[in-house]
Amino acid sequence: MLNTILSGDFPRSRLLTIVLIVIFISLAFAPFLFPGTRSLSVAAKICYFVVLVASYDLMLGYTGIVSLSHTMFFGIGAYGVAIALNNMGASWGAVLLGTIVGLLLAVVVALVIGLFSLRVKALFFAMVTLAVASAFAVLASQMSWLTGGEDGLSYSVPKILTPAYKLMDDKLFGVRMNGRIVAYYLVFSVSFVLFLVMLRIVNSPFGRVLQSIRENDFRSEALGFQAVIYRSLASCLGALMAALAGVLAALWLRYTGPDTTLSFDIMVDILLMVVIGGMGSLYGSVLGATIFILAQNYLQNLMGAVSDATAALPLVPELFHPDRWLLWLGVMFVLSVYFFPTGIVGRLRSSS
Amino acid sequence: MSMTHPTHSPEEHPVLETHGLTIRFGGHVAVNDVSCAFRQGTLTAIVGPNGAGKTTYFNLISGQLKASAGSISLYGEDITRLSAPARANKGIGRAFQLTNLFPNLTVLENVRLAIQAKSRIGLDIFSMADRHVELIERAEHYLHRVALIDRARDTASSLPHGDQRKLEVAILLALEPDILMFDEPTAGMSVDEVPVVLDLIQQIRDQGDKTVLLVEHKMDVVRSLADRIIVLHNGFLVADGDPAEVIASPIVQEAYLGMGASSHV
Ligand SMILES: Nc1ncnc2c1ncn2[C@@H]1O[C@H](COP(=O)(O)OP(=O)(O)O)[C@@H](O)[C@H]1O
Ligand SMILES: [Mg+2]
Repeated sequence: MLNTILSGDFPRSRLLTIVLIVIFISLAFAPFLFPGTRSLSVAAKICYFVVLVASYDLMLGYTGIVSLSHTMFFGIGAYGVAIALNNMGASWGAVLLGTIVGLLLAVVVALVIGLFSLRVKALFFAMVTLAVASAFAVLASQMSWLTGGEDGLSYSVPKILTPAYKLMDDKLFGVRMNGRIVAYYLVFSVSFVLFLVMLRIVNSPFGRVLQSIRENDFRSEALGFQAVIYRSLASCLGALMAALAGVLAALWLRYTGPDTTLSFDIMVDILLMVVIGGMGSLYGSVLGATIFILAQNYLQNLMGAVSDATAALPLVPELFHPDRWLLWLGVMFVLSVYFFPTGIVGRLRSSS
Repeated sequence: MSMTHPTHSPEEHPVLETHGLTIRFGGHVAVNDVSCAFRQGTLTAIVGPNGAGKTTYFNLISGQLKASAGSISLYGEDITRLSAPARANKGIGRAFQLTNLFPNLTVLENVRLAIQAKSRIGLDIFSMADRHVELIERAEHYLHRVALIDRARDTASSLPHGDQRKLEVAILLALEPDILMFDEPTAGMSVDEVPVVLDLIQQIRDQGDKTVLLVEHKMDVVRSLADRIIVLHNGFLVADGDPAEVIASPIVQEAYLGMGASSHV
């Protein structure tokens, strides 16, 4: 049973298993364990970023495709829903239509980029994806009548997902049961299912071919696997999953703009999360996304506390001033790559 | 030497044929106007000094390189324009002179992938690969045959050189092609490993239905295994015929064996 759900892909390390269970339980009960708007938003962001990062790892870690356009697909999914909700009003029909159009667009764009440029060198492919993603970001900001330009779009979502909706009159475990709880569980459960679907894909016969192409595409072709076809399909699946993560982000945030979806900063974040967690293992995406987003949101608080506590010392409080959080994030990244070149998952597995 | 495997009438269609096959690298012609037909159930040895164009000839047949001129036909069908994977799917299997594995995958997975290729389930994204038990069992069968079953769970890159060569052979066998091309399969192997691979090639030949192309330098091996020898030299096909005759021919004595590749001819 568990074997089937996890597609036979167990964490294969006791510590990793424990960490994953802790993350899973924390996310599954986040509204009750960590009440408050901010922490729920962090939890939701972790959920859809796990999908986004895992879908990137499907391409980078499993297939060896270096793409720099992943945020574009994330954005296509988000804008699809955002534009539909903005123009059609807060209905599930709009969500459905926006999702379908977004997914179709994502797959078609991924397929076109793939078939035209995946036969060439990896570096060239990275350049092409970067160019396409930049062009797309410019396009999105220029077409402000549709996308809201640099300001993005704020829109209403179906009522059941809003704070105004009352799930029950009484509080449950001291938590007010409103539509945000519904929205959170929508994000959580869809993310969870998508993660399991990806886990199945990488452990399927198809996933094995992807790994053979990553390892040695020349040999894989000599066995009869047409690398460009498999790479294109992997890109399409990655794009599809990224777009679905975008849909979740759009529904959760009730706002879609360049800075939450299309920005190159997010592309860099995704890369860091994959590398920190460990390439070529989807569990790495869970760890990478969780650690990175927690750091992004709480490192400043933590540093503020350290800075205050050490106020009497010279220099130290300056070093830990909350404004330096990005520096410390960088230090953490360099250290983690130095000490865990195969990511946290690779490290945990090799030590067990 | 007894000839137990089937003989063929000359008018029978060859399995594989090259017509005026040529490839140029800049000004250098590595394979020059080579026409040759290979009949089913035969083992043809391809000999010639280093740089003669043997590996390049293989690369042209299995599709890793595109011909500058000439054509290749398989069962009478022109396959000159087909990609390497398409040719593999039509039954042309290839082992490489320079070991060419999936280094970070297990030994078992290296072989299993070849079997999966043959079973055409590569686009199945929803089943679990490990639930296709019959593929794993067949992979294990081939690992037994090359005496690598004990290393099945290790990564390919962790194997010593000789074992990697054997794995290379196992992958080719597991692909179960109609045409098997071995490019110096025993090169760099220790003396006790060589017979394992040669016995396998002998078994394939004795099976009688496969067409084998073998690049091999050891003349005693070639003489006992091959039905026929062709000699490449500077890209040209310079001799073709019965092993004993070809080995005795002046052109071979001079062009190849004169270089001291074998002691007793
Ligand atoms: N990709 C290539 N580019 C340029 N020259 C090549 C290439 N492949 C082979 N050659 C040249 O073609 C000739 C034949 O090489 P090869 O087929 O490997 O010989 P053999 O296998 O008989 O030792 C050599 O001179 C080699 O340098
Ligand atoms: Mg060679």
